[in-house]
Formats: sequence, structure tokens, C-alpha cells
Amino acid sequence: MGGMAAPQVAPVETPDTDEVPASDRQWVTIVWDDPVNLMTYVTWVFQKLFGYSRERAEQLMLDVHHKGRAVVSTGARERMEHDASQLHAYGLWATVDRS
Amino acid sequence: MSMFHRQAGHYVAVFAVDEVRVLRKVANEVVGLLTDGFDHTDPVVGRLFPAVYPQDAPGTAEFRRYTEGDLKTAKIDQAGAILAALPDDAGGEVRLDAEAAEAWLRALNDARLAMGVRLEIKDGTDLGEELDDAVAEDPGSSRVFQLSVYAYLGYLQESLLNALID
Repeated sequence: MGGMAAPQVAPVETPDTDEVPASDRQWVTIVWDDPVNLMTYVTWVFQKLFGYSRERAEQLMLDVHHKGRAVVSTGARERMEHDASQLHAYGLWATVDRS
Repeated sequence: MSMFHRQAGHYVAVFAVDEVRVLRKVANEVVGLLTDGFDHTDPVVGRLFPAVYPQDAPGTAEFRRYTEGDLKTAKIDQAGAILAALPDDAGGEVRLDAEAAEAWLRALNDARLAMGVRLEIKDGTDLGEELDDAVAEDPGSSRVFQLSVYAYLGYLQESLLNALID
């Protein structure tokens, strides 16, 4: 590295929707609130399955908890069905819908 | 009650004989539900295998046709991970590697989901209050036992999760 300081660029979180072509963006995986799953468990599952940061996973969990549902992934239908079946293996209540 | 803690890359807890019996019972009940007793009209099965397209029965049936077998096997295997790690016919130590710990977390969750449906646990249900009411009605009732087990499984799941995340 030279002596001249390069301008620091703040990391910007890129929404997943930007990573898929527009033609594949029409489906979503939704997780619904349920009275049994522990909040810490739901956060952990989102981190584990989607590789989300702790902050993002926690925010999604809170959305599920307070709003009753949250979109947890977006993309092609087959991909969303895969995500839903993974979430079912962890006991989360997941459905697939058009966005 | 037992709590998991991390020890040299493993997750360890010491269980009393009653805890071992309860865990074996609930794990066996989940296996029973997924094998002989498998019935889509049972609300417990409905919760463990949710309709992926709530407004589209044929779409849901199609999805189930190619995912349900694997999902069922995964759930039986994770309940099996509990049974495999429990000490035989007494209390004792349970020592889980990371993979087994995750299987336990999922299996404990399945058992809690099943019990939650049967006990009609709702958002905002106060377990302590439910238990007090049930005890007041009949301390020897099956509901008192089931509520206690449900609370215990939540405590155990949280302790394992905390050990895993820390």
C-alpha cells in the first residue's frame, strides 16, 4: 500500500434481489409467525440457511414476529421451493408465492 | 435441570434419569407420528409439513410429491439423533459434536411444534399461567405433565442454542 490514503468506502448491503435476473425475480419465500419457535432459533436458522449477517437475520426474525410474516428470499420458483423445504426441515412455517 | 455447555468442541450436558426418559418418549412419539401415524389431516402433521402454496392444493401436492419423502426422512433421522445420544437406562452425560447438536436443535423444535399444536399454545400464551391453571384443575392431569415437558424442551433447546452460538 502506498502512502496516499484511498477514500474509505462504507460497505453497502446489497439486497439479494439485485443478484438475480429480472425474469427470475417473480417468486418469494415467506416465513410466517408461529407461537412455538424461539426467537433465537429463528434468527439462527436464517443465518445458517441463507448466510445472512446476525443483524439482517435478527431484523427478519423481528419482522416475522411483529408483522406476522416476512419475505426471506426472492428468486426463481424452483429456488424458492428449495428454500421452503429447507425451512420446513428446521420447523419454520414457510410458503412460496409470487412477489 | 440440565444445561448444555461447550467443552473442547463438543456440547455436553448431564441428564437425570427422568430427563432421559422424557426425551426418549418425545423422540419416539415424533418418529411414530412420521411413520405409522402419518396422516395429513392431523394438525401436527400439517404444521410439520406446511402447505407450501396455501391457495393452490394441486401445487402443494406436486411439491409434496418430490420433497415430502426427504423431509420425512430428515425428521426421522434428527429424532434418531436424540435417541442415539441418550444414555441407556439411567441418567448420564450426553456429548454432541456440532452435527449432532444441530440435529438435536431441529428435533427438539419438531417435538415442541407437535406438543404446541396439541396443547393449543398461542401467541402470548403464558406458560406459567397455563401450568398454574392446569395444576389448580388437577395436578395429576396429563395436561400438567405435557405443559411441563413442553417448557422443559424449550429450556433445553435454548441452552443448546446458546452453547452453539457463544
